[in-house]
Amino acid sequence: MKLLEIKNLKTIAEDDHDLNILKGLNLDIKEGEVHVIMGPNGSGKSTLANTIFSSPRYIITGGSIKFMGEDITGLSTDKIAKKGIFMSFQTPEEIPGVSLAQFLKTTKQSVTGEKVNLYKFTKEVEEYMSKLNMNYDYVNRDFNVGFSGGEKKKNEILQMLILNPKLAILDETDSGLDVDAIKTVSKGINLFKNDNNAVLIITHSTKILKSLKVDKVHILVDGKIIKTGDGSLAEIIENDGYSEYIK
Amino acid sequence: MAKTDINNYVDNETRNIYNSVALNESIEKKYGLTKEILEEISKDKNEPKWVLDIRLKALDTFFKMEDPDWGPDISYLDLSKLATYVKPVEGQVRNWEDVPEDIRDIFDKLGIPESEKKALAGSGAQFDSEVVYHNLTEDLKKQGIIYTSFDEGLRDYPELVKKYFSKAVPINDHKYIALHYALFSGGSFVYIPKNAKLDRPLQSYFRLNAPGAGQFEHTLIIVDEGADLQFIEGCSAPGYNELNLHAGCVELFVEKNASLRFSTIENWSKNMLNLNTKKCFVGENGKIEWIMGSFGSKVSMLYPLSVLNGEGAKVEFTNISFAGKGQNLDTGLKIIHNAPRTSSIVNAKSISKDGGICTFRSNVHVKKNAPKSKLSLSCESLMLDSISRSDTIPVDTIETDDVTFAHEAKIGKISDQAIFYLMSRGLSEEEAKALIVRGFAEPIAKAFPVEYAVEMNRLIDLELEGSIG
Repeated sequence: MKLLEIKNLKTIAEDDHDLNILKGLNLDIKEGEVHVIMGPNGSGKSTLANTIFSSPRYIITGGSIKFMGEDITGLSTDKIAKKGIFMSFQTPEEIPGVSLAQFLKTTKQSVTGEKVNLYKFTKEVEEYMSKLNMNYDYVNRDFNVGFSGGEKKKNEILQMLILNPKLAILDETDSGLDVDAIKTVSKGINLFKNDNNAVLIITHSTKILKSLKVDKVHILVDGKIIKTGDGSLAEIIENDGYSEYIK
Repeated sequence: MAKTDINNYVDNETRNIYNSVALNESIEKKYGLTKEILEEISKDKNEPKWVLDIRLKALDTFFKMEDPDWGPDISYLDLSKLATYVKPVEGQVRNWEDVPEDIRDIFDKLGIPESEKKALAGSGAQFDSEVVYHNLTEDLKKQGIIYTSFDEGLRDYPELVKKYFSKAVPINDHKYIALHYALFSGGSFVYIPKNAKLDRPLQSYFRLNAPGAGQFEHTLIIVDEGADLQFIEGCSAPGYNELNLHAGCVELFVEKNASLRFSTIENWSKNMLNLNTKKCFVGENGKIEWIMGSFGSKVSMLYPLSVLNGEGAKVEFTNISFAGKGQNLDTGLKIIHNAPRTSSIVNAKSISKDGGICTFRSNVHVKKNAPKSKLSLSCESLMLDSISRSDTIPVDTIETDDVTFAHEAKIGKISDQAIFYLMSRGLSEEEAKALIVRGFAEPIAKAFPVEYAVEMNRLIDLELEGSIG
């Protein structure tokens, strides 16, 4: 079954209407698949993730986004999350005065619309944190405040596991991470992945892909996907770069 | 509309609990501001002559003084239309059952008698101009602790009251304190004898229920050497179209090695002009803690002054103000370091939205005779939109080099990216803002007694509810 279906998507920047970013992008993701988007800086990778989530920074000027058959183009961000899409941010926010535990509980309840069973929920959080090599004491700390870059990214993966979406979009989750942290993030993705959900990984590097079974790799250049291949395409890019695709 | 469920504390609350007015006609209302009215009030209260003399002198002073030439505009205040004295019931009682039912009903809704049972050593309740209820547990009375209405204090402990009354806040401090001393009625008198400690707080609740009226309560607290006290005051009023005026006065005396924690949750209705004056003198190694939450009123002008008179005296000041549509909250503090090794810690936050204005004025004065003093001031403002305003206006006067001083001020608008982030986790825009505001207020909420922290969260929810999109 098709989860995500993007047709001819075009966007401009909110603060510069002359800046065309996505210029007719097409992308289909089915249940059970892992997709990777690679591309040079400024090609529109993060814009794509943010546009799917109706970020106020971008304006959609054409095309459509469907999720599980339903048109979600321009739907409000919270409603998109409730449909079952998750995005791991490149630069996660800090929320002073709100503990990680409180954040996880609040967001879980928002996404599911149900009250969590506190005992079971606490156990689940503890288990996932241990699998992600996160110090459990962090649950009582203010959300992301004083967390290192690596801890913030692990926290994004923790949220993905807790919120358990149908589609997870990981926007450069691996950037700036050391080798061990990248392994932990890959482990988190493997924990999450099953036949009924899907992952879209936006990345510059193939390190995060090493232990993952990748179904499709897309090359995004100048707002369009110009080539799609299997997992081996990522390695070619890693070795040869994008020069072949940039005119 | 979906309610923000964050702490599971507060559900299905509305402002209605503050809006109850079901009230029989008040027995007596006096209007205007004349010598005759002051004489009548004084006679009603059976006051000694020296008190009437203060009232009359204050009236004189009031007419001679000008409105402040800074801060919010209050020129529309028309005292001739204001009920300057409203007496709701005959006499004051010691059992909630004896409070007239309609008045008790209002305090019930505010949770006042209930919190006394649960967590307080004593409590008092003022309705309009007069205290309707006052009680203190027997064991505390035996220890020599005094907690009465101000009028009772004047009647039963005249020497003690006379010794301190108007000594912290002089009648010519500013125009509206002169008005206060002319019309003062109600309030609390507290005396904690040497080395006495209370394990639970005392609480006075002030309710201004009559429309177009003024409330001028006077609170006088003396914490004698080595004694400890926690005192809580709460204030609320229903919403009316007519302007109400609150010009209360709080005089605090914290003696050597004594400590006082003075907490206020102010939730006046948005037709209130809140011109309140608070001052504390702190003796050697004494400590005053101010914990304030300001949510209500149309205009507030309130700058508690702490005078650190004894070596090693301390002040800790924690404040949060929340200004919504049509509100101008001009608050702040004054601290005078008047002895060596005195210290002050200030943690102030303000939130403004829908065109509300928050101004925080801090005025710190370290005198020559206060070497080795330490000051740490932090002021943070959060604006929820671009039509609201927040200002911090610091004035620091440091007369000695031998001082440790840190002053940090941060003003910012709520981050669109943070809201987007939270919305991507399923929170609506309203819920996202509420969560951020709750987090911003959290360090302050922690300082409040737990019931009041809950009330504070409830007020934040009420303020944010329905205001967005």
